[in-house]
Amino acid sequence: MKPAKPQNPVDLYFMDARSKLIDIAAFMDRVEREGATDDFRYQAFLEALKELGQADRARSVLLSLSDPTKELIPAATTKAACGAWPGKG
Amino acid sequence: MRYIEPHAHMVSRTTDDYVAMVTAGCKAVCEPAFWAGFDRSSSKGFYDYFRQLTEYEPARAAKFHLPHFSWLCINPKESEDLVLANEVIDLIPEFLDKPNVLGIGEIGLNKNSRNEMTILERHVDLAAQHQQLILVHTPHLEDKLKGTQLIVDLIKSDSRIDPSRVLIDHVEEHTVKYVMDAGMWGGITLYPESKATSPRAIDMIEAYGADRLWMNSACDWGVSVPLAVPYAAMEMRRRGYDDETIDQVFYKTPLAFLSQSQNFKLN
Ligand SMILES: [Zn+2]
Repeated sequence: MKPAKPQNPVDLYFMDARSKLIDIAAFMDRVEREGATDDFRYQAFLEALKELGQADRARSVLLSLSDPTKELIPAATTKAACGAWPGKG
Repeated sequence: MRYIEPHAHMVSRTTDDYVAMVTAGCKAVCEPAFWAGFDRSSSKGFYDYFRQLTEYEPARAAKFHLPHFSWLCINPKESEDLVLANEVIDLIPEFLDKPNVLGIGEIGLNKNSRNEMTILERHVDLAAQHQQLILVHTPHLEDKLKGTQLIVDLIKSDSRIDPSRVLIDHVEEHTVKYVMDAGMWGGITLYPESKATSPRAIDMIEAYGADRLWMNSACDWGVSVPLAVPYAAMEMRRRGYDDETIDQVFYKTPLAFLSQSQNFKLN
């Protein structure tokens, strides 16, 4: 599907993406400053950043942060998800 | 504009939200049964919840001239307790004849555990026995990929279920293709942080078309935006889409799926 009157995506989304990019940069500075880089979530974040170098980025970042296993777990011991797969590290 | 909100937990919202939604053009709201934010202590709590979803909430919505529909189940977050979950499933058939019930949902998986799968199988069987539509909740964040594949594979393996009567909700870029390839419908949930933003949702619709993909706010007691759907329509307008396409995405597509239930009737 395509719009009847396509707009330039850079016009539409550059400022928003620029702002998010600076937020990511500041987040990484903050984590380093506070010495929290060992956290498995941060390590998963760094791995996921590598996916930005090629096409299909959104899907690749999500795959990078996903549990890649196929089997059911024996029992749910928590209800929450944390956004990164702890089994990777 | 006119739109259908296919997924909203209105029991957790205020009457102000009803006013805002109707003002924005909402023509129907659909409410799946879900987790209350805490575990209910017995099946009696669910009995009351099902009465709320099938009697009280439609009456509350009617005060704002908004048709209200619901889906029934025990959600996967409370499926780890098999005794409770089985008791709750036994309650559902007596509510399936209520005039606003669309089907079984939002069922699915949360942490992809064995007990969650056992209860998911019972729900799918219930839907098959009673020829009900199915609405599926897929797990959050790192658990979504695995859970979506497990759920789609389970439903596909049941020959009694027509995939075109199944909607897999909360799809994202890494799960949407699996759902589309299975012949099912997909829901994209618009959340401020998790799930999808409007621009990402529109990207997915541009890639896969609007024939079997809808957007919803899934607004509840957590961080969520009850007007997320009309805001996404505004985003489509910004991208240069015309009124006809916006009507297709936000009204005709959900109407087509939901009209597979005889109970889904708009005035
Ligand atoms: Zn929900």
